[in-house]
Amino acid sequence: MSLAVKSKIVVFILAILVWLALTGLGLQEIITGVIIALLVSLTAGHFLITTHKQKHTLHRWLYAVFYFFKFLWEMVKANIHVAYIVAHPMLPIKPGIVKIKTKLTKDAAITVLTNSITLTPGTLTVDVNEDKKEIYVHWIDVKATGMEECTKEIGARFEPTLTEVFE
Amino acid sequence: MIRETIGLAVIIIGIAFDFFGVLGLVRLPDVYNRLQAATKCVTFGSAGILFGTFIIQGFSSFGFKALIGVVFIFLTSPVAAHAISRAAHRARIPLAKETVVDEYEKDKELKQSTA
Amino acid sequence: MRVLRWLVGLVLIAAFGYFNFFVYDGPIYFKLINVILVSALFVLFRVIFGPSPADRIVAVDILGILIVGMLAIMGLHYDQGFLMDIGLIWALLSFIASLAFAKILEGRSLDD
Repeated sequence: MSLAVKSKIVVFILAILVWLALTGLGLQEIITGVIIALLVSLTAGHFLITTHKQKHTLHRWLYAVFYFFKFLWEMVKANIHVAYIVAHPMLPIKPGIVKIKTKLTKDAAITVLTNSITLTPGTLTVDVNEDKKEIYVHWIDVKATGMEECTKEIGARFEPTLTEVFE
Repeated sequence: MIRETIGLAVIIIGIAFDFFGVLGLVRLPDVYNRLQAATKCVTFGSAGILFGTFIIQGFSSFGFKALIGVVFIFLTSPVAAHAISRAAHRARIPLAKETVVDEYEKDKELKQSTA
Repeated sequence: MRVLRWLVGLVLIAAFGYFNFFVYDGPIYFKLINVILVSALFVLFRVIFGPSPADRIVAVDILGILIVGMLAIMGLHYDQGFLMDIGLIWALLSFIASLAFAKILEGRSLDD
């Protein structure tokens, strides 16, 4: 079975499960859901799975759950930090755009890393340079300007865990 | 009853962070700082409201829709923030006068080549 | 000067909180919706007086996410599930609109 067909079947099953959870069981709902899910999986189904299955699946899932809780904790910290800055009468900010380096290679891994950087304390992704593996980050409270120090300060929170999950 | 109390507490926390995020949108000096405050706080706040709705309603149709809304907001909001900040920098909207360093401006050929 | 402005804002927000939570006699969900409506008023300030076009785009994007939360609370109060459907579609359309605005601001055409 080729990869695209497998991906389309997975998309079909996921789409019909979500549809049934949203609407409830019934003949009309099931018929409409099957038609719509067929249309979706035939037109856009080959984007979901693009690589073959890799080893150590349980290991990856454990790291993904660990990553999720770490991300949630960082996000609560980020919100308290922003609330402190906004409520302070003198607005203690020192903004700037810095450059950090990443060792991740896959597109999905870089997407997750940039989204996490946006939602964690004081940082916002501005652009990604795909050739040189560099990420431009707007930092609300700049502590260092060199590339290595910024990488240690911003990227090192998530990169080891993401390496275990995706690579 | 206990479930409704927990859900209401989560909703109130979410609304408080929503309010702080919007306050940041009004007070901070330039687009990028406003984007930081607004994206983080309003995303977390609205996700908190939807999660509190899910706690109160349980696994009904309404609660499941709220849970899908949480996942959707967490996936789309950083992407929109990233697109707006990159477009603002390429449209030469100036940074605030407190800014100390701008590495992105130094790599001009990157901006020219991929524009 | 900045501290003075901060004090005036603090007094206004405290007055709003007092009238909303202690004087106004309504259901708890309506009190919460009032807070979101005042936040939407602040966002509208940024939409109208934003110095640059990017400020207005940010404000419209944030307004979309705020309204999703408001629709969820309205659905809880009236016990109607269809309001959450409206919220999901609103979030989707607001996201696509933000991406399109960003592309126009960057100076590219929409089919690039």
